[in-house]
Amino acid sequence: MRLNYPTNVKIVKVPCTGRVDTLLILKTFESGVDGVYLAGCLEGECHFLRGNLRAKKRVQYVKTLLEEVGLGSGRVEMYNMSSAQGQRFAEVAREMTEKIRALGPSPVKKKKGAVNP
Amino acid sequence: MIVANRKSLEEILTMLKPYKKILLLGCNECVTVSATGGEREVGVLASELKISRAKDGEEIEIREHTLERQCDHEYIDQIHPFIGDYEVILSMACGAGIQYVAETYRDKTVLPAVNTTFLGVTLEQGVWSERCQGCGECVLHMTGGICPIARCAKSLLNGPCGGSSNGKCEVDKDLECAWQLIIDRLKALNQLDKYEEIIPIKDWRTSRDGGPRKRVREDLKLL
Repeated sequence: MRLNYPTNVKIVKVPCTGRVDTLLILKTFESGVDGVYLAGCLEGECHFLRGNLRAKKRVQYVKTLLEEVGLGSGRVEMYNMSSAQGQRFAEVAREMTEKIRALGPSPVKKKKGAVNP
Repeated sequence: MIVANRKSLEEILTMLKPYKKILLLGCNECVTVSATGGEREVGVLASELKISRAKDGEEIEIREHTLERQCDHEYIDQIHPFIGDYEVILSMACGAGIQYVAETYRDKTVLPAVNTTFLGVTLEQGVWSERCQGCGECVLHMTGGICPIARCAKSLLNGPCGGSSNGKCEVDKDLECAWQLIIDRLKALNQLDKYEEIIPIKDWRTSRDGGPRKRVREDLKLL
C-alpha cells in the first residue's frame, strides 16, 4: 500500500493487546515518551476472544493513573482496527501524533533532559 | 483475606515529601490477592512515584521489594541487610504488616500506602466483599452461615429491622439485607426453628471492646 505515517511513532509488537498491562504502559511514560496508543483488533474480532476488551479497560485505568501523576489522561488512547485496515492505521498514527503534539512534550522528558542533558 | 484500598497518590506524595531514598515494600499474602499491595501494585506505585517526581525535576530512588508476608519475623528480617540504604519504608501491606515492620525496625519511619478495610471474599475478579468482623464469638451456626455482625448495617442479632425492604437494606438500595438472606437460607435448609430462638445480648468483650486481642498456644511455643 506504500502508506506513510509519522516517523515519531515507534511500534512495539505484542501478540495481542491483551498482553499489554498497566505497568508496561507506565514504564514507557517513566522513560519519557510523550504518548502511547494501543492498536487493537476490532471489538468482537479478538482472536483470543477478549484481549482487546481487556486492553480497553486497562487503558481507561492508566488514564486515571496518568491524571493522578499529573501527566494528563490524554496521553494514552486505545484504537481498534483490523489488520486489513492499513489506511486506518496511518490515519490513527497521524491523529495521535497531532493530539500529542498539541499536548506538548512529556514533562518527564523535559526535566530529565534538564538534569542530565 | 484482608482487603485494603490503596491511598491516593497525592496523600502518598505528601507523606514522602521529605524523603529521596525509599524502600517500597509489598506483601505476597492478602493484599496481593485483593490487588492492593502485591508485586504488581508495588511496580505500579513505584512507576507513578518516579514519573511524578521526574515531572517536578525531583530526585527519587526506589527499591521495590515484596516479602512473602509482613506479619512474620522470618520474612521481615529479610530486608535487614539493605534497610540501612533507605530513609523510609513505604509499606503496601495491611495495617498489621505495616506495624510489625515498624516494630522490627524501630529507627526507621514506616509509612502506610494502603488503607486496610475489611475481612472479605472475592465475589468475582476485581470485586471484593466484607464477610467477617472478627468479633471473637461466632454465631454462624445460628444464622445459616450468614454473619449478621458483618453483613447487617446495624449488626443486629435478631433482625431484620424496619429498614429492610424487598430484601434490601435502607442504608443502600444495592445492599442486601443480611437478615432477609438469613431467613431465606434457614427456610431453604428447613431450619427456621433457629430463627425462632432469640440470640441473647452479645458479649462484645471478645471483640474490640475488650481491647487488643492476643492468642497463645503454649504447646506450639518453642521456649
